[in-house]
Amino acid sequence: MDVLTALLEGFATALTPTHLALAVLGCVLGTLVGALPGLGPSNGVAILVPLAFSLGLPATSALILLTSVYYGAMYGGRISSILLNIPGDEPALMTTLDGHPMAKAGRAGEALALSGIASFVGGVCATLGLVLLAPLLARFALLFGPAEYFALYVLAFATLGGLAARNPVKALFAAALGLGLALVGYDTTTGIPRFTFGLVELYEGIDFLVAIVGLFAVSEVFVFVERGLRELPHPGRLGRVTVPLATLRRCAGSMLRGTGIGFVAGVLPGAGASLGSFLAYTTEKRVSDREGTFGRGDPRGVAAPEAGNNAAAGGALVPMLTLGVPGSGTTAVLLAVLMALDVTPGPLLFERQPDVVWGLVAALFFANLVLLALNLPLVGLFVRLLRVPPRHLMPLVAMVSFVGIHSISNNPFDLQLVIAFGVLGWVLRRLDVPLVPVILGILLGNEMEDNLRRALLIADGDWTVLWGSPLAVGLWTVAVLGFFGPVLAGPWLRRRRARLLAARD
Amino acid sequence: MRWSDRIFGLAALALGVAYVLGARAIETPFAVDPLGPRTFPVIVGTTLALTGLWPLLVPDPEPDWPRGRALAELAGAVAILLAYTVLLEPLGFVPATVLAAALLAWRLGGSLPESALFALLCAVGLRLVFVDVLELSLPRGLLGW
Repeated sequence: MDVLTALLEGFATALTPTHLALAVLGCVLGTLVGALPGLGPSNGVAILVPLAFSLGLPATSALILLTSVYYGAMYGGRISSILLNIPGDEPALMTTLDGHPMAKAGRAGEALALSGIASFVGGVCATLGLVLLAPLLARFALLFGPAEYFALYVLAFATLGGLAARNPVKALFAAALGLGLALVGYDTTTGIPRFTFGLVELYEGIDFLVAIVGLFAVSEVFVFVERGLRELPHPGRLGRVTVPLATLRRCAGSMLRGTGIGFVAGVLPGAGASLGSFLAYTTEKRVSDREGTFGRGDPRGVAAPEAGNNAAAGGALVPMLTLGVPGSGTTAVLLAVLMALDVTPGPLLFERQPDVVWGLVAALFFANLVLLALNLPLVGLFVRLLRVPPRHLMPLVAMVSFVGIHSISNNPFDLQLVIAFGVLGWVLRRLDVPLVPVILGILLGNEMEDNLRRALLIADGDWTVLWGSPLAVGLWTVAVLGFFGPVLAGPWLRRRRARLLAARD
Repeated sequence: MRWSDRIFGLAALALGVAYVLGARAIETPFAVDPLGPRTFPVIVGTTLALTGLWPLLVPDPEPDWPRGRALAELAGAVAILLAYTVLLEPLGFVPATVLAAALLAWRLGGSLPESALFALLCAVGLRLVFVDVLELSLPRGLLGW
């Protein structure tokens, strides 16, 4: 059983004092960021990426820190959903449906404890799924040539806008914008500068960390400034943070169903945690809601989507690690981390750097344990943090982002570029243009062009090589279906979600 | 009239066209591979231009743009951050951060003394964490600290 041996070696890598300390630190920071209203996992990881990078951590350590932040933010997101009815990000939205009514009924502590346990179940099962599925997918991915990779990238862009974007054409625009930005700088094959306008600062290309921090962290500051959000609602009393055993038993099925659905949604490109928690909730409602208690504080309505979104977070790591194609915004940010650390995700990662992969997996198991501990007895501490007013939080976010970027580049030009990306991100969000495809474009642009050019070099300029193998044809088919499917299903999905949200109020 | 999306579409179209023109101007000394450095940028630029056509012709409902005061606040925040990038090196991390954080906190609704105190704590705290604990280098500037 080579997976088991590899995993044990992974535990040996992960269980060093430094790594454990990094995992704990990551979990605390992640829960903190996730718990703060308006900030989600992608913001949290974006703010901390440049720092992890400038600290010069080795690849495995940096990855352990940042995935702990990622998992932590997924756990933390539910705190503001339940207590304040303000989700930190989209996946946490479904938790407000039954979580906030529970809090209003004086069962906030119970809802927090239950959702913590559900998150743990989802997170651990998804990590197990990752252990089983990732090596299989990695072996399969070895069959990919340049043409297949090009088709895979097209697939990623076609599906990523996916169900979240109201307007798929705008998602496509976002992807093209990202690709266009990626091509700025020296052409990797010929060394010819492209789109640099003679600016020396642009010769090396636009650092994707700059783009990520601008689009995900600084634009968030602008949103707060412009909305003039002064005070947040008071979180209210927690009550006891425990779950009666009977409730737990009643919710066991919900958690497992939520986990399964969430994991599958996470693995599928473009679906991600938002769809995972949505499907987990709606399925659970259909299966269990006999007395019409869903939406009025039914514990099962908390357990299912929480298990679902944490399972999806784990599932989304599968395509990111094995194919180098992220399934969600946060995994796109994590992909950026890997690339910044000179770790190339993809099938070869499992052969060449097994210590990175399995160390990460072991760290994920550990992180889930830490998070369970943090979230049951210590949740009160995080709740107190919700009282930090935005006027203190937002300057802190801006300054930490700047320090991070400054420490990797030491160049005011890059800081100004961060602000430019912040403004761009704010405008694009207003226009309903999703930001994740922009990031993905910046990340994958050069790879995509390389693969296209290599495919055509091998085929001597014959474009039909791009759909010359059954595998490539399959990928193109999924890409087309993935692009047009949501066009048809998206409005239905959004209507349903809106109805669920409206029914509660 | 749904102007926002029409303007956005027009901008995307213009950007795409400019991108294609820019791509065609890339000099290729000799052909190393069948595609060369121009083709992919041309594809990307064309996609940009084409995706601009849709919002131009079928615009979405108008987003709710900030007006007056909110817009001024936003411009103010951008100006504060830009000033920060310029002042960071000459003033040093702590003074520049005190200034920028105090102004931001004040504009987000704090009183002036409270914002100043917060900014001071924020700057000194970040300085201690980043320089002394994490050993990153930040500009020392005027104070030499």
